[in-house]
Amino acid sequence: MGPFIEIISKPDNIAIVVMILMVLFFTAWAFLQAFRNDASRKNGELIEGEGNGKVDTWKPLVRIELIVALVVFIGLTFWSLVVDAPLEELANPTLTPNPAKAPWYFLGLQEMLVYFDPWIAGVVLPTLIIIGLIAIPYIDINPKGNGYYTFSERKWAILIFCFGFLFLWILLIVIGVFFRGPGWLWFWPWEEWDHHRVVYEGTADLTNLVGIDSRSGWGFFIGGGVVTMYYALGMILPYVYWRKKKPEFFENLGMVPYVTVTFLFWTMLALPIKMFLRLVLMVKYVWVTPWFNI
Amino acid sequence: MKMFDNIKQSLIWKSMFRRDYKDTPRNRALAIFGNVFMHLHPVKVREGAVKLRYTWGMGGISLFSFIILTVTGFLLMFYYRPSVDQAYWDIKDLEFQVPYGIFLRSLHRWAGHFMVIVVWLHMFRVFMTGSYKSPRQFNWAIGVILLVLTMLLSFTGYLLPWDQLGLWAIEVGTNMAAGTPLLGFEGPFSEYLGITPYNDVRFAILGGSTVGGNALLRSYVWHCVALPLVAVVLMAVHFWRVRKDGGISGPHS
Repeated sequence: MGPFIEIISKPDNIAIVVMILMVLFFTAWAFLQAFRNDASRKNGELIEGEGNGKVDTWKPLVRIELIVALVVFIGLTFWSLVVDAPLEELANPTLTPNPAKAPWYFLGLQEMLVYFDPWIAGVVLPTLIIIGLIAIPYIDINPKGNGYYTFSERKWAILIFCFGFLFLWILLIVIGVFFRGPGWLWFWPWEEWDHHRVVYEGTADLTNLVGIDSRSGWGFFIGGGVVTMYYALGMILPYVYWRKKKPEFFENLGMVPYVTVTFLFWTMLALPIKMFLRLVLMVKYVWVTPWFNI
Repeated sequence: MKMFDNIKQSLIWKSMFRRDYKDTPRNRALAIFGNVFMHLHPVKVREGAVKLRYTWGMGGISLFSFIILTVTGFLLMFYYRPSVDQAYWDIKDLEFQVPYGIFLRSLHRWAGHFMVIVVWLHMFRVFMTGSYKSPRQFNWAIGVILLVLTMLLSFTGYLLPWDQLGLWAIEVGTNMAAGTPLLGFEGPFSEYLGITPYNDVRFAILGGSTVGGNALLRSYVWHCVALPLVAVVLMAVHFWRVRKDGGISGPHS
């Protein structure tokens, strides 16, 4: 347990512990209120906040703001009195620590480096995360669930967002902080960090699994075909399915938002898929080209 | 008591405060729109909007963290010089020489981490209540930019103590920029544009090919001047839009 106590009590990592507790608490609270509202709807009762009148801002709201500000201030003061901000040795460009970790809020991106090259994990995916977040209101055209907690009225939106936020962002940060040691190898919290540990992983590229050299012409075309088909089928199949089932859905959404939402969705799912390929099938690249690898 | 009455009747007092404290509907309204800070609020709010279990207060806590960070950051600037020779030792001085210096620095650091967490949770709450839906789509977009700014503010501050922790965190973070397609020297297709470690985006960010004195100065200027200014402007827009888009969200609005 030695290293675990050491990692968990590192000054900066106390923030991660605070984050884990707050995320768990507020996730539970949001879903609790969502299920409660859904139950009220089912029974034909008013949901929370429905039929509300207005109250004065002075003082009911200002009073709450003051109390919250005081509580936060007392909490942060206590935190700062008990834990000192860390200061390590003087910066030394010739002495690389192992592991060298990015600030904790970027460790999800650093963790993605295990599965993707830097141009995807460090540039393309963060850009798409920002674009995707901004796009949410324009691609989620479901008018229900505006201004109250609910699950049943917008299941897919909530499931997809929570998967992205809780598992692909928060969980990867937690892994990056607590489970990655020297060489960015996986160390359980109770394991000592062994700086000389070498892990031989016989990774291969996807096409090599079926006996085709990924660097050959055939390998290039098959790898590119897999990536192209992934997006093409990911867009066409749901289109065919929903066109039949819910034609009005497409009329409301429009083609450009549909292509955007499916592209973003399958790009997001590409991360867990690549994780599976990498961890279970030992696949390094799906597509190898002279310019970039995916 | 007589003295207080005299003060309250004086020209100076009356020029500053235009109302008395009697609890009347008119005074409750005046308390809000007669005050430049309070008038961020509407005079009346929907009952649900004052419920902590609905908003979690996360937007307000983000703003409050930002204020704490501005005040502590401003004080820290008195003791800190952003140069390779001085930065680390100024932080050491702050720890061992400046009265309450370590508390000041700790408060700044923990409030910074806290703000990042709180801004994420604010986004999570707004998503879970569907508050980004019409008519608030654009304000959600501004919020996303503010969230990115919050992380950039924290990231630029990370390097300033000029210790191993900050140096290598920035090294790892900015190395990813070298992978930018076309514009980073390790990125796809950049060789066709003649991109080298000395003219790519990483060079532009760091002001050099390594994390050195220029990177420290750039971090400092972005951290203390440019990013807070942009954040304040966008916050003003963000808060104003909350009002213009019909106040804090609720059912049927």
